[in-house]
Amino acid sequence: MEHFINLLIRAVFLENLALAYFLGMCSYLACSKKMETAIGLGLAVVFVQTLTVPLNNILMRGLLDEGALSWLGPTFAEIDLRFLSFILFIAVIAAAVQIVEMAIDRFLPALYTSLGVFLPLIAVNCVILGGSLFMQERDYTLPESIVFGFGSGFGFAIAIVALAAIREKLSYSNVPEGLKGLGITFIVVGLMSMAFMVFSGIQL
Amino acid sequence: MSTVIGSGRPARFTFGPNERATLTDPLIANNPITVQMLGVCSALAITTRVDNAVVMSVGVILVAMIASLAVSLIRERIPTAIRIIVQLAIIASLVTVFDQVLEATFYEISLELSVFVGLIITNCMVLGRAEGYAMRHPPFPAVLDALGNALGYALILIVVAATRELLGVGKLLGFQVLPLTRDGGWYEPNGLMVLPPSALFVIGLLIWAMRTWWPSLVEKD
Repeated sequence: MEHFINLLIRAVFLENLALAYFLGMCSYLACSKKMETAIGLGLAVVFVQTLTVPLNNILMRGLLDEGALSWLGPTFAEIDLRFLSFILFIAVIAAAVQIVEMAIDRFLPALYTSLGVFLPLIAVNCVILGGSLFMQERDYTLPESIVFGFGSGFGFAIAIVALAAIREKLSYSNVPEGLKGLGITFIVVGLMSMAFMVFSGIQL
Repeated sequence: MSTVIGSGRPARFTFGPNERATLTDPLIANNPITVQMLGVCSALAITTRVDNAVVMSVGVILVAMIASLAVSLIRERIPTAIRIIVQLAIIASLVTVFDQVLEATFYEISLELSVFVGLIITNCMVLGRAEGYAMRHPPFPAVLDALGNALGYALILIVVAATRELLGVGKLLGFQVLPLTRDGGWYEPNGLMVLPPSALFVIGLLIWAMRTWWPSLVEKD
Protein backbone atom coordinates (compact mmCIF):
# COMPACT_ATOMS: atom_id res chain seq x y z
CA MET A 1 0.00 0.00 0.00
CA GLU A 2 2.75 2.41 1.00
CA HIS A 3 4.46 1.67 -2.30
CA PHE A 4 1.40 2.83 -4.25
CA ILE A 5 1.02 6.03 -2.22
CA ASN A 6 4.68 6.81 -2.91
CA LEU A 7 4.15 6.14 -6.60
CA LEU A 8 1.10 8.42 -6.66
CA ILE A 9 2.89 11.31 -4.94
CA ARG A 10 5.86 10.86 -7.21
CA ALA A 11 3.67 10.90 -10.35
CA VAL A 12 1.71 13.97 -9.24
CA PHE A 13 4.49 16.17 -7.87
CA LEU A 14 8.06 14.92 -8.32
CA GLU A 15 7.70 13.70 -11.87
CA ASN A 16 4.95 16.04 -12.96
CA LEU A 17 4.66 15.37 -16.69
CA ALA A 18 3.98 19.01 -17.53
CA LEU A 19 6.47 20.79 -15.29
CA ALA A 20 9.30 18.27 -14.95
CA TYR A 21 9.23 16.58 -18.38
CA PHE A 22 7.45 19.32 -20.36
CA LEU A 23 5.04 16.93 -22.05
CA GLY A 24 1.84 18.23 -23.59
CA MET A 25 3.30 21.74 -23.71
CA CYS A 26 1.42 22.71 -26.87
CA SER A 27 -2.01 22.28 -25.36
CA TYR A 28 -0.66 23.35 -21.96
CA LEU A 29 0.24 26.76 -23.37
CA ALA A 30 -2.64 27.05 -25.83
CA CYS A 31 -5.53 26.05 -23.54
CA SER A 32 -4.52 27.91 -20.38
CA LYS A 33 -5.83 31.36 -21.27
CA LYS A 34 -9.12 30.80 -19.45
CA MET A 35 -9.93 28.91 -16.27
CA GLU A 36 -12.87 26.92 -17.69
CA THR A 37 -10.97 25.54 -20.66
CA ALA A 38 -8.06 24.64 -18.41
CA ILE A 39 -10.32 22.69 -16.05
CA GLY A 40 -11.99 20.97 -19.01
CA LEU A 41 -8.71 19.88 -20.56
CA GLY A 42 -7.35 18.81 -17.17
CA LEU A 43 -10.39 16.59 -16.50
CA ALA A 44 -10.22 15.05 -19.96
CA VAL A 45 -6.52 14.24 -19.52
CA VAL A 46 -7.10 12.59 -16.11
CA PHE A 47 -9.89 10.52 -17.64
CA VAL A 48 -8.09 9.33 -20.75
CA GLN A 49 -4.75 8.83 -19.01
CA THR A 50 -6.26 6.62 -16.28
CA LEU A 51 -7.83 4.52 -19.02
CA THR A 52 -5.05 4.21 -21.60
CA VAL A 53 -1.98 3.58 -19.43
CA PRO A 54 -3.40 0.37 -17.83
CA LEU A 55 -4.88 -0.68 -21.19
CA ASN A 56 -1.53 -0.31 -22.91
CA ASN A 57 0.07 -2.15 -19.99
CA ILE A 58 -2.24 -5.14 -20.52
CA LEU A 59 -1.54 -5.16 -24.26
CA MET A 60 2.19 -4.80 -23.72
CA ARG A 61 2.31 -7.82 -21.40
CA GLY A 62 -0.14 -9.88 -23.47
CA LEU A 63 1.15 -9.20 -26.98
CA LEU A 64 4.41 -7.32 -27.30
CA ASP A 65 6.90 -8.48 -24.67
CA GLU A 66 9.40 -11.20 -25.41
CA GLY A 67 7.65 -14.52 -24.83
CA ALA A 68 4.26 -12.85 -24.35
CA LEU A 69 2.80 -14.79 -27.25
CA SER A 70 3.69 -18.20 -25.79
CA TRP A 71 -0.04 -18.85 -25.15
CA LEU A 72 -0.38 -19.28 -28.92
CA GLY A 73 1.96 -22.27 -28.87
CA PRO A 74 5.66 -23.01 -28.37
CA THR A 75 6.66 -21.69 -31.82
CA PHE A 76 5.54 -18.19 -30.80
CA ALA A 77 7.42 -18.20 -27.49
CA GLU A 78 10.50 -16.38 -28.76
CA ILE A 79 8.79 -13.59 -30.67
CA ASP A 80 9.65 -10.10 -29.40
CA LEU A 81 7.27 -7.50 -30.84
CA ARG A 82 8.37 -4.54 -28.73
CA PHE A 83 9.33 -2.55 -31.83
CA LEU A 84 5.62 -2.32 -32.66
CA SER A 85 4.80 -0.54 -29.40
CA PHE A 86 4.59 2.99 -30.86
CA ILE A 87 2.00 2.00 -33.44
CA LEU A 88 0.00 -0.10 -30.99
CA PHE A 89 0.01 2.57 -28.27
CA ILE A 90 -1.10 5.37 -30.56
CA ALA A 91 -3.84 3.17 -32.05
CA VAL A 92 -5.11 2.27 -28.56
CA ILE A 93 -5.07 5.94 -27.54
CA ALA A 94 -6.94 7.07 -30.66
CA ALA A 95 -9.53 4.32 -30.20
CA ALA A 96 -9.90 4.91 -26.45
CA VAL A 97 -10.42 8.63 -26.98
CA GLN A 98 -13.13 7.87 -29.53
CA ILE A 99 -14.91 5.44 -27.18
CA VAL A 100 -14.63 7.74 -24.17
CA GLU A 101 -16.05 10.55 -26.29
CA MET A 102 -19.08 8.49 -27.34
CA ALA A 103 -19.63 7.19 -23.79
CA ILE A 104 -19.52 10.65 -22.22
CA ASP A 105 -21.81 12.00 -24.92
CA ARG A 106 -24.33 9.24 -24.16
CA PHE A 107 -24.24 9.18 -20.35
CA LEU A 108 -22.87 12.54 -19.17
CA PRO A 109 -24.03 15.17 -21.69
CA ALA A 110 -23.21 18.06 -19.32
CA LEU A 111 -19.57 16.99 -19.01
CA TYR A 112 -19.46 16.42 -22.78
CA THR A 113 -20.44 19.99 -23.59
CA SER A 114 -17.96 21.38 -21.08
CA LEU A 115 -15.07 19.30 -22.46
CA GLY A 116 -16.05 20.25 -26.00
CA VAL A 117 -13.29 20.11 -28.56
CA PHE A 118 -10.60 18.98 -26.10
CA LEU A 119 -11.57 15.33 -26.00
CA PRO A 120 -10.69 14.51 -29.63
CA LEU A 121 -7.57 16.69 -29.41
CA ILE A 122 -6.27 14.58 -26.56
CA ALA A 123 -5.42 11.76 -28.98
CA VAL A 124 -2.49 13.84 -30.17
CA ASN A 125 -1.47 15.18 -26.77
CA CYS A 126 2.03 14.03 -25.88
CA VAL A 127 1.10 13.64 -22.19
CA ILE A 128 -1.00 10.60 -23.05
CA LEU A 129 1.54 8.86 -25.30
CA GLY A 130 4.35 9.94 -22.96
CA GLY A 131 2.59 8.33 -20.00
CA SER A 132 2.35 5.02 -21.86
CA LEU A 133 5.98 5.21 -22.99
CA PHE A 134 7.21 5.94 -19.45
CA MET A 135 5.09 3.00 -18.26
CA GLN A 136 6.87 0.79 -20.79
CA GLU A 137 10.33 2.14 -20.03
CA ARG A 138 9.92 1.67 -16.26
CA ASP A 139 8.21 -1.70 -16.67
CA TYR A 140 5.28 -1.02 -14.31
CA THR A 141 2.93 -3.83 -13.24
CA LEU A 142 -0.81 -3.49 -13.88
CA PRO A 143 -1.75 -1.99 -10.44
CA GLU A 144 1.26 0.31 -10.62
CA SER A 145 0.24 1.49 -14.07
CA ILE A 146 -3.29 2.32 -12.86
CA VAL A 147 -1.84 4.45 -10.06
CA PHE A 148 0.73 6.02 -12.39
CA GLY A 149 -1.88 6.76 -15.06
CA PHE A 150 -4.17 8.51 -12.61
CA GLY A 151 -1.34 10.33 -10.85
CA SER A 152 0.31 11.65 -13.99
CA GLY A 153 -3.01 12.82 -15.42
CA PHE A 154 -3.88 14.51 -12.12
CA GLY A 155 -0.48 16.21 -12.00
CA PHE A 156 -1.04 17.64 -15.48
CA ALA A 157 -4.50 18.88 -14.44
CA ILE A 158 -3.09 20.66 -11.36
CA ALA A 159 -0.36 22.25 -13.44
CA ILE A 160 -2.67 23.58 -16.16
CA VAL A 161 -5.24 24.94 -13.68
CA ALA A 162 -2.45 26.71 -11.77
CA LEU A 163 -1.09 28.26 -14.96
CA ALA A 164 -4.56 29.41 -16.04
CA ALA A 165 -5.02 31.14 -12.67
CA ILE A 166 -1.69 32.93 -13.03
CA ARG A 167 -2.42 33.99 -16.61
CA GLU A 168 -5.82 35.44 -15.65
CA LYS A 169 -4.08 37.63 -13.06
CA LEU A 170 -1.29 38.42 -15.52
CA SER A 171 -3.66 40.23 -17.85
CA TYR A 172 -3.71 43.14 -15.36
CA SER A 173 0.06 43.57 -15.35
CA ASN A 174 2.21 45.76 -17.51
CA VAL A 175 4.34 43.40 -19.57
CA PRO A 176 7.00 44.70 -22.04
CA GLU A 177 5.69 44.87 -25.61
CA GLY A 178 7.69 42.00 -27.13
CA LEU A 179 7.15 39.66 -24.18
CA LYS A 180 3.34 39.92 -24.24
CA GLY A 181 1.45 36.68 -24.69
CA LEU A 182 3.69 33.76 -25.51
CA GLY A 183 6.98 35.16 -24.21
CA ILE A 184 5.88 35.92 -20.67
CA THR A 185 3.96 32.64 -20.53
CA PHE A 186 7.17 30.71 -21.18
CA ILE A 187 8.92 32.59 -18.38
CA VAL A 188 6.00 32.01 -15.97
CA VAL A 189 6.05 28.30 -16.75
CA GLY A 190 9.80 28.32 -16.14
CA LEU A 191 9.27 29.83 -12.68
CA MET A 192 6.49 27.30 -11.94
CA SER A 193 8.78 24.51 -13.02
CA MET A 194 11.49 25.79 -10.67
CA ALA A 195 8.94 25.87 -7.86
CA PHE A 196 8.00 22.25 -8.59
CA MET A 197 11.68 21.28 -8.38
CA VAL A 198 11.41 21.86 -4.62
CA PHE A 199 9.51 18.57 -4.43
CA SER A 200 12.55 16.64 -5.61
CA GLY A 201 13.92 17.14 -2.08
CA ILE A 202 11.23 14.80 -0.72
CA GLN A 203 12.59 11.40 0.25
CA LEU A 204 10.22 8.60 -0.71
CA MET B 1 -1.81 5.03 -74.87
CA SER B 2 -0.40 6.85 -71.90
CA THR B 3 -2.53 8.85 -69.51
CA VAL B 4 -1.43 11.24 -66.83
CA ILE B 5 -2.33 9.95 -63.41
CA GLY B 6 -4.04 12.41 -61.07
CA SER B 7 -5.01 15.93 -62.02
CA GLY B 8 -3.87 15.79 -65.64
CA ARG B 9 -1.64 18.82 -65.21
CA PRO B 10 2.09 18.26 -65.75
CA ALA B 11 3.89 17.79 -62.45
CA ARG B 12 5.61 21.01 -61.34
CA PHE B 13 9.10 20.70 -59.97
CA THR B 14 10.10 24.29 -60.66
CA PHE B 15 11.66 26.27 -57.84
CA GLY B 16 10.29 29.81 -58.17
CA PRO B 17 9.62 32.57 -55.65
CA ASN B 18 6.53 30.76 -54.30
CA GLU B 19 8.50 27.64 -53.51
CA ARG B 20 11.26 29.69 -51.95
CA ALA B 21 8.71 31.41 -49.72
CA THR B 22 7.23 28.03 -48.71
CA LEU B 23 10.71 26.95 -47.67
CA THR B 24 12.00 30.09 -45.92
CA ASP B 25 8.87 31.53 -44.29
CA PRO B 26 8.81 29.00 -41.44
CA LEU B 27 12.45 29.74 -40.55
CA ILE B 28 11.74 33.09 -38.84
CA ALA B 29 8.49 34.78 -39.84
CA ASN B 30 6.29 31.76 -39.22
CA ASN B 31 8.58 29.65 -37.04
CA PRO B 32 6.80 26.53 -35.73
CA ILE B 33 8.04 26.91 -32.14
CA THR B 34 8.16 30.63 -31.44
CA VAL B 35 5.22 31.75 -33.58
CA GLN B 36 2.91 28.80 -34.28
CA MET B 37 3.57 27.20 -30.86
CA LEU B 38 3.87 23.70 -32.35
CA GLY B 39 6.26 20.99 -31.19
CA VAL B 40 7.27 22.80 -28.02
CA CYS B 41 7.52 19.75 -25.73
CA SER B 42 10.57 18.12 -27.26
CA ALA B 43 12.23 21.49 -27.78
CA LEU B 44 12.22 21.97 -24.03
CA ALA B 45 13.12 18.54 -22.80
CA ILE B 46 16.12 17.50 -24.89
CA THR B 47 18.00 20.75 -25.37
CA THR B 48 20.59 20.28 -22.63
CA ARG B 49 23.27 19.31 -25.16
CA VAL B 50 23.86 20.20 -28.79
CA ASP B 51 24.41 16.63 -30.00
CA ASN B 52 21.02 15.53 -28.62
CA ALA B 53 19.38 18.49 -30.33
CA VAL B 54 21.07 17.64 -33.64
CA VAL B 55 19.93 14.00 -33.51
CA MET B 56 16.40 15.05 -32.62
CA SER B 57 16.37 17.62 -35.43
CA VAL B 58 17.55 15.06 -37.98
CA GLY B 59 14.76 12.72 -36.86
CA VAL B 60 12.08 15.39 -37.10
CA ILE B 61 13.33 16.63 -40.50
CA LEU B 62 13.29 13.10 -41.98
CA VAL B 63 9.96 12.08 -40.42
CA ALA B 64 8.23 15.35 -41.34
CA MET B 65 9.40 15.26 -44.97
CA ILE B 66 8.54 11.61 -45.61
CA ALA B 67 5.22 11.88 -43.75
CA SER B 68 4.17 14.97 -45.72
CA LEU B 69 5.19 13.28 -48.97
CA ALA B 70 3.20 10.13 -48.15
CA VAL B 71 0.13 12.02 -46.94
CA SER B 72 0.19 14.29 -49.97
CA LEU B 73 0.50 11.34 -52.39
CA ILE B 74 -2.57 9.58 -51.01
CA ARG B 75 -4.49 12.73 -49.98
CA GLU B 76 -7.34 12.14 -52.43
CA ARG B 77 -7.90 8.59 -51.17
CA ILE B 78 -8.00 9.26 -47.41
CA PRO B 79 -11.59 9.37 -46.07
CA THR B 80 -12.04 12.60 -44.09
CA ALA B 81 -13.46 10.87 -41.03
CA ILE B 82 -10.37 8.78 -40.34
CA ARG B 83 -7.67 11.06 -41.70
CA ILE B 84 -6.04 11.71 -38.31
CA ILE B 85 -5.66 7.99 -37.66
CA VAL B 86 -4.20 7.42 -41.15
CA GLN B 87 -1.73 10.27 -40.62
CA LEU B 88 -0.80 8.97 -37.16
CA ALA B 89 -0.23 5.47 -38.56
CA ILE B 90 2.12 6.84 -41.24
CA ILE B 91 4.05 8.97 -38.75
CA ALA B 92 4.21 6.17 -36.16
CA SER B 93 5.69 3.75 -38.71
CA LEU B 94 8.35 6.28 -39.73
CA VAL B 95 9.23 7.04 -36.10
CA THR B 96 9.53 3.32 -35.36
CA VAL B 97 12.06 2.97 -38.19
CA PHE B 98 14.03 6.00 -36.99
CA ASP B 99 14.02 4.72 -33.40
CA GLN B 100 15.32 1.29 -34.43
CA VAL B 101 18.07 2.84 -36.60
CA LEU B 102 19.07 5.15 -33.76
CA GLU B 103 19.25 2.28 -31.27
CA ALA B 104 21.42 0.29 -33.66
CA THR B 105 23.84 3.12 -34.49
CA PHE B 106 23.96 5.64 -31.60
CA TYR B 107 22.91 3.56 -28.61
CA GLU B 108 24.04 6.08 -25.94
CA ILE B 109 22.19 8.99 -27.51
CA SER B 110 19.07 6.84 -27.87
CA LEU B 111 19.21 6.11 -24.12
CA GLU B 112 19.51 9.80 -23.34
CA LEU B 113 16.60 10.78 -25.58
CA SER B 114 14.55 7.95 -23.96
CA VAL B 115 10.85 8.41 -24.67
CA PHE B 116 11.30 11.62 -26.63
CA VAL B 117 12.04 9.84 -29.92
CA GLY B 118 8.69 8.08 -29.59
CA LEU B 119 7.08 11.41 -28.89
CA ILE B 120 7.95 12.64 -32.40
CA ILE B 121 4.67 10.80 -33.23
CA THR B 122 2.66 13.33 -31.26
CA ASN B 123 4.94 16.24 -32.17
CA CYS B 124 2.22 18.64 -33.23
CA MET B 125 4.57 20.17 -35.78
CA VAL B 126 4.76 16.97 -37.86
CA LEU B 127 1.06 16.21 -37.58
CA GLY B 128 0.14 19.87 -38.01
CA ARG B 129 1.99 20.14 -41.32
CA ALA B 130 0.56 16.83 -42.57
CA GLU B 131 -2.97 17.84 -41.62
CA GLY B 132 -2.76 21.56 -42.34
CA TYR B 133 -0.70 21.59 -45.54
CA ALA B 134 0.01 18.20 -47.12
CA MET B 135 -3.68 17.19 -47.14
CA ARG B 136 -4.41 20.04 -49.58
CA HIS B 137 -1.26 20.39 -51.68
CA PRO B 138 0.63 18.32 -54.27
CA PRO B 139 3.70 16.34 -53.14
CA PHE B 140 6.49 18.76 -54.13
CA PRO B 141 5.24 21.85 -52.23
CA ALA B 142 4.19 19.59 -49.34
CA VAL B 143 7.75 18.27 -48.95
CA LEU B 144 9.16 21.81 -49.19
CA ASP B 145 6.75 23.01 -46.54
CA ALA B 146 7.64 20.12 -44.22
CA LEU B 147 11.36 20.75 -44.79
CA GLY B 148 10.98 24.47 -44.10
CA ASN B 149 9.06 23.93 -40.89
CA ALA B 150 11.38 21.17 -39.70
CA LEU B 151 14.38 23.44 -40.38
CA GLY B 152 12.72 26.25 -38.43
CA TYR B 153 12.19 23.79 -35.58
CA ALA B 154 15.79 22.57 -35.81
CA LEU B 155 17.08 26.16 -35.80
CA ILE B 156 15.39 26.96 -32.47
CA LEU B 157 16.37 23.58 -31.00
CA ILE B 158 20.04 24.05 -31.81
CA VAL B 159 20.17 27.70 -30.71
CA VAL B 160 18.57 26.81 -27.36
CA ALA B 161 20.80 23.74 -26.90
CA ALA B 162 23.94 25.70 -27.75
CA THR B 163 23.04 28.45 -25.27
CA ARG B 164 22.34 25.95 -22.51
CA GLU B 165 25.40 23.80 -23.12
CA LEU B 166 27.73 26.81 -23.42
CA LEU B 167 26.49 28.61 -20.31
CA GLY B 168 25.74 25.47 -18.32
CA VAL B 169 28.98 23.51 -18.68
CA GLY B 170 31.11 25.77 -20.90
CA LYS B 171 31.15 23.23 -23.73
CA LEU B 172 29.89 23.01 -27.30
CA LEU B 173 29.29 19.55 -28.82
CA GLY B 174 31.35 18.15 -25.93
CA PHE B 175 34.44 20.35 -26.48
CA GLN B 176 35.47 22.72 -23.70
CA VAL B 177 35.02 26.24 -25.11
CA LEU B 178 35.02 28.30 -21.93
CA PRO B 179 37.67 27.13 -19.42
CA LEU B 180 36.01 26.50 -16.05
CA THR B 181 37.31 28.04 -12.81
CA ARG B 182 37.38 24.51 -11.41
CA ASP B 183 40.10 23.62 -13.94
CA GLY B 184 42.02 26.89 -13.55
CA GLY B 185 40.07 28.89 -16.19
CA TRP B 186 37.90 31.97 -15.72
CA TYR B 187 34.31 30.77 -16.43
CA GLU B 188 32.04 29.95 -13.50
CA PRO B 189 29.38 27.60 -14.95
CA ASN B 190 25.73 28.54 -14.43
CA GLY B 191 24.11 25.45 -12.91
CA LEU B 192 20.60 26.66 -13.68
CA MET B 193 21.22 26.23 -17.41
CA VAL B 194 21.53 22.46 -17.01
CA LEU B 195 18.18 22.19 -15.23
CA PRO B 196 14.91 21.84 -17.19
CA PRO B 197 13.36 25.28 -16.35
CA SER B 198 16.15 27.15 -18.12
CA ALA B 199 14.85 25.91 -21.51
CA LEU B 200 11.67 27.88 -20.87
CA PHE B 201 13.60 31.02 -19.94
CA VAL B 202 15.85 30.73 -22.99
CA ILE B 203 12.89 30.27 -25.36
CA GLY B 204 10.96 33.09 -23.65
CA LEU B 205 13.90 35.46 -24.06
CA LEU B 206 14.43 34.23 -27.63
CA ILE B 207 10.81 35.11 -28.47
CA TRP B 208 11.37 38.55 -26.93
CA ALA B 209 14.51 39.07 -29.00
CA MET B 210 12.81 37.91 -32.22
CA ARG B 211 9.85 40.21 -31.66
CA THR B 212 12.11 43.16 -31.00
CA TRP B 213 13.97 42.53 -34.25
CA TRP B 214 10.86 41.79 -36.32
CA PRO B 215 8.05 43.88 -34.76
CA SER B 216 5.49 42.27 -37.12
CA LEU B 217 5.60 39.16 -34.89
CA VAL B 218 4.20 40.97 -31.83
CA GLU B 219 0.82 39.57 -30.77
CA LYS B 220 -2.16 41.85 -31.22
CA ASP B 221 -4.50 42.56 -28.24
